[in-house]
Amino acid sequence: MITTALRMLIGDKTKLLGLIFGVAFSTLLICQQVSIFVGLLGRASSVINDVRSADIWVMDPSVRTIDASHPMRDTELSRVRGVEGVAWAVPLFKSQVQVRTREGRLENAVILGVDDTSLIGVPNEFLLGSVEDLALPDAIAINPAGFRLLFPGAELDVGRELELNDRRARIVAIIDAAPAFAANLTIYTRYSLATTYTNPGRNVMSFIIARSADGLAPEVVAQNITDRTDLKAVSSSAFRTESIKYIIENTGIPVSFGTVVILGAIIGVAIVGLTFNQFIMENLKQYAALKAIGLKNRRLLAMTLWQAGFVCIIGYGLGLGAAVLFFRSTAEVDALRGFYLLPEVAGGVAVLAAVIVLLSTLVSMRRVLTVDPATVFRG
Amino acid sequence: MTSTSMQHSQMHAPPAESDVVVVCRSIKKSFGEGQARVRVLRGTDFDAKAGEMTFLVGPSGCGKTTLISIIGAILSCDGGDIRVLGDDLRRMRNGQLADFRLDNFGFIFQQFNLLPALNAAENAAIPLVARGYSTRKAEGIASEMLEKLGLGEHTRKIPAQLSGGQQQRVAIARALVHSPRIVICDEPTASLDAASGQRVMELLRDAAMDHERAVIVVTHDDRIFRFADRIAHMADGTISKVERGKLESSKTPVTPKDAIP
Repeated sequence: MITTALRMLIGDKTKLLGLIFGVAFSTLLICQQVSIFVGLLGRASSVINDVRSADIWVMDPSVRTIDASHPMRDTELSRVRGVEGVAWAVPLFKSQVQVRTREGRLENAVILGVDDTSLIGVPNEFLLGSVEDLALPDAIAINPAGFRLLFPGAELDVGRELELNDRRARIVAIIDAAPAFAANLTIYTRYSLATTYTNPGRNVMSFIIARSADGLAPEVVAQNITDRTDLKAVSSSAFRTESIKYIIENTGIPVSFGTVVILGAIIGVAIVGLTFNQFIMENLKQYAALKAIGLKNRRLLAMTLWQAGFVCIIGYGLGLGAAVLFFRSTAEVDALRGFYLLPEVAGGVAVLAAVIVLLSTLVSMRRVLTVDPATVFRG
Repeated sequence: MTSTSMQHSQMHAPPAESDVVVVCRSIKKSFGEGQARVRVLRGTDFDAKAGEMTFLVGPSGCGKTTLISIIGAILSCDGGDIRVLGDDLRRMRNGQLADFRLDNFGFIFQQFNLLPALNAAENAAIPLVARGYSTRKAEGIASEMLEKLGLGEHTRKIPAQLSGGQQQRVAIARALVHSPRIVICDEPTASLDAASGQRVMELLRDAAMDHERAVIVVTHDDRIFRFADRIAHMADGTISKVERGKLESSKTPVTPKDAIP
């Protein structure tokens, strides 16, 4: 009877299209919004991800996220280096700075100052230039999204000059750093140069990034640092989680995206529910006839479930395909860089689509199960 | 009457007493509660024999539909005894009743109740598919049945592409395709014009009548009474009289109990 069930559904093309549209629309909306939300959360920890060589982050105890640091005294670096289990530790400066091009374009940027000597903390992926170039006078490296923001339409290149808070800087490298949460433009430079550009005052050190010695867990070493220095020290993964948690708990972003997702689900339930109910109501007499002929409720339930499943699979497939197309077509858009359709999101939305369809069809199924077969004899 | 149906009626041997396949005794059925309670069947006796086409006639609201719903194992009665093909329907559970219907009954409805998206062969094949036949085999058998009913060229058409008479023939095919022992027809000509109604009844008589099969027809249409072997008149929830149909060339009124022991 599966074929019969599907033929019944396919035969009513208007409702079939309505049902598929409902599921596809919800799937697209939810996939897109959840992926962008996840991407935004990823941006909250992008700097932590980019600093791959360190596995411990040390900071002022009041700091809860990578985007809001509190400066520490420079002497704290020596104390951290002295803690047992610390293989190495270097300073990291993080702040925001205004950038102006010669053409007069003005943008905000996240600036990161890495250790002058080792240059630890700079991402490994250099599209143009090299890490050694950062040792040059006034040298800075920027990410491609930032370059395109400053120089729209221009090919990526090095050698251009900028003003950072009215001080001269020269682009010597393009690095594949992910856009940060606070700005699309990310600048890497030497620690001493970064503090010059931002002129922050007496205490300048935002973070200390460190590496645990071989064989020691970063969590253990981080705890040692906290115990010995009264500073906050956490592993990279813990800091990543904490930064994401900060965004979730302290911004309206989850509520905003969550509302859209819930609305998407409600719209899906409404469209699918009403259309499926209409489909069932128009075929109720036929279901009653099938019942009279001798089909049991179990088989009628299976028929409606197959119909619902068919709608769910086709609708979800189309919605997912549209979401993939969206992210593919926007892959080169810098503002949306780092937003991907993750398999976990696709899987989660599949479950949600199934729930939407199931919820939507429950009422209709009840009608099928309770329809009196004797109604077929009542004209 | 067509020549085939004449031949059929002439060849058709009178059924034996042992061919009684439906036995209803003192059937009672009410709907509603309290003061709104309506007694639809008030101790109805009714029988149907294999090899006979029994008509159930009477005014609207007399209980015909309720009675065939009970005989067809679709509705349960409040009191009395009902045995169909020797089985006591009152002892069966819902699942058993559904299986019993699928195995033993064919239904023809006033509004045809064909699935609009399925073609004629697919519609007619439903009882076989429901019994576990493969779709291809079921549609093959259904197509043969449709061929017998003169719809050989229309097996791939959906109901909307068929006339009312053709749709009813598809419904007849659906009712007969699994060779049921009992066929219940509810106003089979009500939705058809006179000519189509006559044609449908001729086909029904030719295709459905078998010495092992009973056909029960509920109808208001006295133009088709001539197809009946036996006509049971209902009034106020009981069978008031049973008479021989014109096919038997006898109009002698008989009481229900005299008609079929």
